Amino acid sequence: MKDVIEIRWHGRGGQGAKTASLLLADAAFNTGKYIQGFPEYGPERMGAPLTAYNRISTTPIRIHSNIYEPDYVVVVDDTLLESVPVTDGLKADGAIVVNTARGEDFLKEKLANCPGDIYYIDARKVSMETLGKYFPNTPMLAAIVKVSGIMTDEEFLKDMEGSFQHKFAKKPEVIEGNRKAIAMALQEVKKVTK
Amino acid sequence: MSIRERLSGNEAAATAMKQINPDVVAAFPITPSTEIPQYFSTFVSNGTVDTNFVAVESEHSAMSACIGAEAAGARAMTATSANGLSLMWEMIYIASSLRLPIVMSLVNRAVSGPLNIHCDHSDAMGVRDSGWIMLFSENNQEAYDNLLMAHRIAEHKDVLLPLMVCQDGFITSHSIENIELLEDDKVKEFVGTYKPEHYLLNSEEPIAVGPLDVQAYLFEHKRQQAEAMRNAKKVILEVSKEFEKLTGRSYSFFEEYRLEDAEIAIVCMNSTAGTTKFVVDALRNQGIKAGLLKVRVFRPFPAEEIASALSHLKAVAVLDKADSLNAAGGALYEDITSAMYIAQKQVPMINYVYGIGGRDTTSKEIESVYTDLQKIVSTGKLENPYRYLGVRSK
Repeated sequence: MKDVIEIRWHGRGGQGAKTASLLLADAAFNTGKYIQGFPEYGPERMGAPLTAYNRISTTPIRIHSNIYEPDYVVVVDDTLLESVPVTDGLKADGAIVVNTARGEDFLKEKLANCPGDIYYIDARKVSMETLGKYFPNTPMLAAIVKVSGIMTDEEFLKDMEGSFQHKFAKKPEVIEGNRKAIAMALQEVKKVTK
Repeated sequence: MSIRERLSGNEAAATAMKQINPDVVAAFPITPSTEIPQYFSTFVSNGTVDTNFVAVESEHSAMSACIGAEAAGARAMTATSANGLSLMWEMIYIASSLRLPIVMSLVNRAVSGPLNIHCDHSDAMGVRDSGWIMLFSENNQEAYDNLLMAHRIAEHKDVLLPLMVCQDGFITSHSIENIELLEDDKVKEFVGTYKPEHYLLNSEEPIAVGPLDVQAYLFEHKRQQAEAMRNAKKVILEVSKEFEKLTGRSYSFFEEYRLEDAEIAIVCMNSTAGTTKFVVDALRNQGIKAGLLKVRVFRPFPAEEIASALSHLKAVAVLDKADSLNAAGGALYEDITSAMYIAQKQVPMINYVYGIGGRDTTSKEIESVYTDLQKIVSTGKLENPYRYLGVRSK
């Protein structure tokens, strides 16, 4: 891992991109890192495009601005590829991870000028199979951990166990589903062959 | 051993309040306030604190309730933001003139209109002459630390002034970052018990608080307030020293970052100081002698000390996150240029109004300010000292 990793999340209001960025910060914090996790607040509407950010570093983080040249971009909703310039500033040695069921050709077309590697996962499939409902953020969290290598699968699974116990203290029935979602997502994320 | 945690700035402020465990917290726990009263009310409900939480119907009442509580002899705190502070305005002056050491957490956000809830310093700048001590915080850690020091400063017998701890709305208030917390018992010991000398609930000494103060007296009382603000300087340094002994974290009126041998410098407050440090390090790697002066104590204003710290520079840019709309310059710029003039220090100084209404301030923009400073140094020309950073021109 680099000394500082910068991640930009693109999602839509209600999909949990903000929560996912905070969970990622949590997980990285638990491996001893310095972290930032912050959403860009705008008018809060279900379905409106929103952005959230993470910095993960081996040394204290001082900068307090949004991220313009991310190492990684996470796209929680593939309709955003049509309307939001998600690859803006993405580093050439970085990568984008998209939640889509539309396959590699779709991504190759939509992200023809993407400077970095392209990964994808069908978070809907993972979420429906494990949680029975569509919550894309948990699979996407696992996908970015896998792609960025911030921590090993084992570290991540162990850490999320604790986070879920805490986060879902009042909804223990969803813990098992989320645990399965993470485990499945770690296996499901694929790289587009260029 | 301190506790390694990750908290948002709001959580950090609420945690400090929890550990301080004041007698009374009066706050309006929805927008335009922050999450702080909401978090704090959870601590009250859970019995983590034994504070009397007064969920008032407006910010004017929040400050009024704090005034009543503090005058009665209790330790009172509140938290607000932007238009919430605006609604308190009348009572803000009453609190300081009655010499009530109320402590407020102020999350800096734009005073509307047009309607905007994002970060700038227009709320704080609106009360800069109200007689409150004002501490600014770069990040969640400083917001927490400043709150832990607040009562020791405000309640000191030579001071007895209310105090607000500022931090940047959303940029630090809603950002999760690492933080080192103190143990509860250490905070309790450091903050100590509030023992007011004169208070309304003292049956041994009946007093009146806030009666009519006519022509024959008000001037003297204002003069005493001004003296208390001067005294606060010494107390702030003493308390900061003691805090450093406890935590190892050093605080003063301001932080000088790579300033000693700098040729050009930026002066700013709150979170932008962090971004500026990042840029200073990058410029230093290129051999550019850039530095930063981050103001922590804005009221009392450490005029002589700042003038002395900036006197060796070849050019300085002061960044104001609020426009004074006065056709002359931002509040921090005017204070600093006055300080320099009085101390007879001649350093070319420019002002940038920036980050208004939550406009993001990038490291590239900060770098451009240093480039402008280099130009001023190399040409010796200073044109248009009242500038803007990051605003669209059309």
